[in-house]
Amino acid sequence: MTTTEAPPAEIGRPRTRKEDQHLITGHSTFTDSMVLPGMVHLAMVRSPLAHATITSIDTTAARKAPGVVGVWTGRDFPEQGGLACAWPITPDMKSPVHLPVPTDTVNHVGEIVAVIAARTKAEAVDAVELVDVQYSELPVVTDLAAARDGSAPVIHGDLGTNVSATWVFDSGAAGTGGDASAAIEAARSDPDQIVVERTFRQQRLIPAYMEPRSTVCDPNGAGDQITIWSATQIPHILRTMLTLSQGIPEGKLRIIAPDVGGGFGGKLEVTPEEVATIMVARQLGKPAKYTETRSETMMAAHHGRDQIQHLTMSARKDGTITGFDVDLTANMGAYLALVGPGVPILGAFMYNAIYKIPAYRFSCTNVFTNEVMTDAYRGAGRPEATFAIERMMDELATELGMDPIEVRRRNWIRHEEFPFTTVAGLTYDSGNYEEATDKALRHFGYDDLRAEQQRRRESGDRIQLGIGTSTFTEMCGLAPSRVLGSLSYGAGGWEAASIRMLPTGVVEVVTGISPHGQGHVTGFSQIVADRLGVPFENVKILHGDTNISAKGLDTYGSRSLAVGGIAVVKAADKVIAKAKTIAAHLLEASEDDIDFAHGSFTVRGTESSVTIGDIALATFTGHNLPDGVESSLDSEAVFDPENFSFPHGTHLCAAEVDTETGKVTIRKYVAVDDVGVVINPLLVDGQVHGGLAQGIAQALYEEAQYSADGQLTSGTFVDYLVPSAVDLPDYITDKTITPSTSNPLGVKGVGEAGTIASTPAVVNAVLDAVRQFGVADIPMPMTPARVWQAIQDGSTAAGSNSSSTGGAA
Amino acid sequence: MIPASFDYTAPTTLADALAALAQGGDDAKILAGGQSLLPVLKLRMAAPGLLIDLGKIDELRGVRMEGDTIVVGAMTTHHDVIADPLVREHLSLLAKTTEQVADAQVRYRGTLGGALAHADPAGDLGAVAVALDAQMRIAGPNGSRSVPASQFFTDYFTTALAENEILTGIAFDSFAGWGAHYEKFHTVSQAWSTVAVAAAVLVAGGTVTAARVALTNMGPTPIRARGVEAALIDGPASDDAVRAAALAATQGTAPVDDATAPAAYRSHLAQVLTGRAVLAAAG
Ligand SMILES: Cc1cc2nc3c(=O)[nH]c(=O)nc-3n(C[C@H](O)[C@H](O)[C@H](O)COP(=O)(O)OP(=O)(O)OC[C@H]3O[C@@H](n4cnc5c(N)ncnc54)[C@H](O)[C@@H]3O)c2cc1C
Repeated sequence: MTTTEAPPAEIGRPRTRKEDQHLITGHSTFTDSMVLPGMVHLAMVRSPLAHATITSIDTTAARKAPGVVGVWTGRDFPEQGGLACAWPITPDMKSPVHLPVPTDTVNHVGEIVAVIAARTKAEAVDAVELVDVQYSELPVVTDLAAARDGSAPVIHGDLGTNVSATWVFDSGAAGTGGDASAAIEAARSDPDQIVVERTFRQQRLIPAYMEPRSTVCDPNGAGDQITIWSATQIPHILRTMLTLSQGIPEGKLRIIAPDVGGGFGGKLEVTPEEVATIMVARQLGKPAKYTETRSETMMAAHHGRDQIQHLTMSARKDGTITGFDVDLTANMGAYLALVGPGVPILGAFMYNAIYKIPAYRFSCTNVFTNEVMTDAYRGAGRPEATFAIERMMDELATELGMDPIEVRRRNWIRHEEFPFTTVAGLTYDSGNYEEATDKALRHFGYDDLRAEQQRRRESGDRIQLGIGTSTFTEMCGLAPSRVLGSLSYGAGGWEAASIRMLPTGVVEVVTGISPHGQGHVTGFSQIVADRLGVPFENVKILHGDTNISAKGLDTYGSRSLAVGGIAVVKAADKVIAKAKTIAAHLLEASEDDIDFAHGSFTVRGTESSVTIGDIALATFTGHNLPDGVESSLDSEAVFDPENFSFPHGTHLCAAEVDTETGKVTIRKYVAVDDVGVVINPLLVDGQVHGGLAQGIAQALYEEAQYSADGQLTSGTFVDYLVPSAVDLPDYITDKTITPSTSNPLGVKGVGEAGTIASTPAVVNAVLDAVRQFGVADIPMPMTPARVWQAIQDGSTAAGSNSSSTGGAA
Repeated sequence: MIPASFDYTAPTTLADALAALAQGGDDAKILAGGQSLLPVLKLRMAAPGLLIDLGKIDELRGVRMEGDTIVVGAMTTHHDVIADPLVREHLSLLAKTTEQVADAQVRYRGTLGGALAHADPAGDLGAVAVALDAQMRIAGPNGSRSVPASQFFTDYFTTALAENEILTGIAFDSFAGWGAHYEKFHTVSQAWSTVAVAAAVLVAGGTVTAARVALTNMGPTPIRARGVEAALIDGPASDDAVRAAALAATQGTAPVDDATAPAAYRSHLAQVLTGRAVLAAAG
């Protein structure tokens, strides 16, 4: 036997995606592509009003319409249970009943009031117009502050209030730091300190995934099986929640998430539409399909963000932070979504970010309004937190006349201080903020851009330049089950995997995560190829069907690699351990003398070896196995992380502001991310690029707007401005690699990093360009009109200031 | 997003199309590229009983010279307008503006006639027709007529076309040798114009000798900025002079006031963009 060169490591290779050929050659299997014999098509009659009593529904004409098979109002579904919220953040949290098809009252525009089933989709849609619903209007609440302070009418009368819950973390009480209120009070009377107080608005965003939501339900499976295909991120959670909320025995439910076209958290939901489709299919005893229109996505699928952030920071005049108080008002919408109440709370652990803040208090009040529910959207709580702290770092720098990078340096955790337990009680295992920042500054050409900025200011150039910084971290790999338990979350945070070693050399890997565009099939194939020493092409990843992947907790919170990938590694290690026993037997050696590398078991010091594929075949034939050893290499594993992972990075943005029109153009964007060990740089760059696009979009373009009477006025892509490649800059991306110490691959998670980091970098840059005109803040999105108006108002304010000091009349 | 059901016919001659339109009455609607009409139907904001597709009528497509006049067939797609050598030589303002309409997919289907007949105040091509004094050629049951662009646009989404008429072509004088520029201001590339300005100028020895300026989305219809034109003519094509002349751009405008762009902001933009458009056109 000749010694062969080790195959190139798969981990770290920029493999193109295994998934793509199927998707881009027209062979995709999205839920809406599903056609079943006898299937009926559904259309929804939705409320045009934000808050009203349903006084009558006349379905007579619709029932007689061509092709119509049935029409249901809420009262026709006596079996419907309220949709469940899985995250009661406090024991006394108030939660209204959320019926999939309400019977008496509608609480936001777009709620379903009747469901139509017809032989074709077109016939169902035609019949929608024939349903006559009479409403009696109720007062509409859209103002967060009024919902919180009690001045608005109560939406859910039985709750007696529009406040759902208030959740508080106080580092003094928790023993993780000092008393923030006391620290800030002390600072107010200390001549060596300053107190910076700001209020920011996190606008509402719409997770604009490409594939609208869609569900197909076949109620007629063998053995009473109900099969549900759904465009969801969470087939496993959907299954459990359908049992808990609708009383369908879990054993009857098979959920399949086929190809799913994006989610960004927007498909982390158990939706009224899914339940309505299942109820109709079961009542008719026929398969049923519902696919929403884009207008329905915008209006009725959950939104993200939507908070008022009131922030108070105290610091010494050298820039050292002494206390930080965060007071949030978070808009839940009309009901509590699946994990909606917990989304702002996820941020609670991130407002202190990478800084050594000695005293910290966080309080979040969740309120109801007559708007669609909010829930996870890329980053979920952490972009809001990062925005707040990174904006405050720039505000502090401005107040103190310091360089924003220098203020950050003064406060951040130094690389030799890891592991570091923060004031929020998390232990950051690793990181190197100095290195990432230095690298970013080099790519950016910081000093040159500052010089150009100065020149433009002095010459009064029409185009002003600003520089924005965001040195961020995030908690990824959701989540250690014990931590979730301490936050009253309704599930664990582990992930499951199993591996089947087929006799022909194929390795089937079953994972409990549920990819919907990320490229996990490719990345996981690389991991398994390396671990088991088999060709990349021989690895097959199975997911997204609860009959195949029976156990799992799905994909969100940058968890798929950092938790799901580790479960796969654990399962692979079990395969190796089992194979080693058989290898020793076949090679007639002691197990202690066997080494495993590159797919082969070798007797140490000899050339005698056997491959893992040979052993898989040996377990298939079972002809020659050691006594008492089962004839299988297959394995299962569950991984529950002991800690989160903490990706971090430094993002720098140079923005040009056209002072005549207010238009912002991003001139240069540098993102140096530390996501730990990189499995596939191409996938990582893809995640960073897409994340940046969404974060920049929050800063500059996107906003879901409601009128005072609760109408969504940004209900199409003409008004809800999603940027395209033309609108976004070329990104300069680079990385530092500080492996995570909390998992064997050293990986951290990258799905949300770009979104979390970029919004404050852009906003800080724009403000840096226009502060000279007396502008203190510009609400997001920083549209040209708003930027121009701020410059006008700021100049006026600055002008009137100087004239009053000058004594002019 | 499924329209209410409708009948469909695709005549091959203008005469047949007019006959179908006469027969269909106010329940019939012309279908050109469908880029504006189909969204309206899918959102069920309209439900015509009959669509008359002009797509198979060759005589309505293409660009031709008639003496000194350039005639663009109503059914010429945006893509074909941009590529056409006659347009490029004589009507560079039309070519440059059409390049900025929507995206390549829309430009392959959308037509000049459809865009003008649709008369969206935020649409870009109306300003070109108005600036260049185009003649809108219209066929109806009683023969043909020609309406100047300045009288064609009457209100939001409303034109001088009667229900039984078809826009057949748009006739322009030659503007060969003129400098031209379309200054379009929008928040993202896919968005419609917040405000935009079409400008064509002739400059001789640093002096503006002729100028055409029109505004998009500064009122219910495209608006000819005659005050700007008057202020430019015989003046220097200099930065200061042009920007001073551009201040007249708000004359006679009535911009909408909404959350994305307050009226005062649009008025300000009209002045700034007019200055930029004219300076760019003057090269
Ligand atoms: C995503 C998107 C972005 C766009 N962005 C822009 C943009 O930035 N700028 C811009 O200017 N436009 C834009 N448009 C509109 C585009 O220019 C359309 O092509 C144009 O508005 C309509 O042309 P059409 O040929 O598709 O007409 P259709 O949609 O077929 O018809 C439009 C209307 O005109 C009537 N009509 C059409 N032809 C005639 C005729 N010959 N005689 C009488 N009536 C007729 C129809 O009955 C209908 O009422 C955009 C469209 C889309 C879909």
